Amino acid sequence: MPVTEVNQNTFESEVLKSETPVLADFSAEWCGPCRAMKPMLEELAASEPGCKLVSVDVDREKGLASEYGVTSIPCLVLFRAGREVRRSVGLLSRDALKALAES
Amino acid sequence: MRADIAIVGAGTAGMTAAIYARRAGKEVLVLEAAAHGGQIVNTPDIENYPLAAHISGFDFAEKVFEQARGLGAGFLYEEVLELRALEGGFALQTPKGVHFAGAVILAAGSRYRRLGLENEERLTGRGVSWCASCDGGFYRGKSVAVVGGGSTALGEALCLSGLAEKVTLIHRRESFRGEEVSLRRLREKGNVHFLLSSRVTRLLGQERLEAIEVAGPPETGRHIIPLDGLFIAIGREPVCGRFAPLAALDGEGYVLAGEDCHTGTPGLFAAGDCRAKALRQLVTAAADGAMAATEAAKYLNRR
Repeated sequence: MPVTEVNQNTFESEVLKSETPVLADFSAEWCGPCRAMKPMLEELAASEPGCKLVSVDVDREKGLASEYGVTSIPCLVLFRAGREVRRSVGLLSRDALKALAES
Repeated sequence: MRADIAIVGAGTAGMTAAIYARRAGKEVLVLEAAAHGGQIVNTPDIENYPLAAHISGFDFAEKVFEQARGLGAGFLYEEVLELRALEGGFALQTPKGVHFAGAVILAAGSRYRRLGLENEERLTGRGVSWCASCDGGFYRGKSVAVVGGGSTALGEALCLSGLAEKVTLIHRRESFRGEEVSLRRLREKGNVHFLLSSRVTRLLGQERLEAIEVAGPPETGRHIIPLDGLFIAIGREPVCGRFAPLAALDGEGYVLAGEDCHTGTPGLFAAGDCRAKALRQLVTAAADGAMAATEAAKYLNRR
């Protein structure tokens, strides 16, 4: 499954109402560490983990970034049943990313 | 996996070492804990590397990575937890297993130095940041502070001065160590305030950072500054403790090795920011990588 880009209009259906947990990657194109992590997220998504992966472009989706209090990127937020259950800020290793997705 | 030369860390030093080691005809394995590229990926625009007057750190790192991989260097994303000397080489323990190499180059770099204050971890990503180029956009029109006095701190303040309404630059000494050209640019900005001989003593806020407590300058004493964001740029610290005692460390934890990159242990070399040295820049990281790989190849050829 690819990493789906979500926006203000699709966030509710794709993330909050998702039946599986969702790992949301708040990031931006100009952010080096975010770009460094992209291939890892794509790799993880392709490995069919227990959760869905989505990305939120914080430049285009300022409302979502502010609503979820994102002030540092890359920021990964794990949602379960519409609620935030975990958050991690900064570049992660592949193993730490996998652990977060499976937590 | 077995290689002639194992390189710990895929930053600029490690990847340059991989290029030189491959060109010396050695089998190379690079072990990286996170993502290849190292700390330069945080830099939005490199201006001081020969021939690369303007390139993003990410693009720079990707090009060096492609160059090293194109020459046949192997990359594995595993953190080296322990290094052991064996008869005729070294064993490198990772969470996934053990790798063997005839020579090892330590290029593990460094991590952001913490202020060491209560709430620092909890508020990271909630107002406390380590990277203006990553997070500056969230502070458009807001009030922020930068802590530090070196080139990185000045760069962070410059980046933020174009975004935030007000930037306070806090430094514990009376003058800055950073580049004069950056300092001049900062002085020309109308929204940058300087707070010298001052230290951040507390981070205040529940859900997110709301204010900081600052001690100094002597004439004002302890006071509270309301803030939306605090950028910590007080330097970096090495993460080489796990390689001691094979690699002797200095008082700050950097690997003791000279310009030839030799540690006290034959076959073990140190390159880049983790090595005790006077200047930590992209160009000196690359130089170390070249030196360490050349010395490692010589060491293997002599055996």
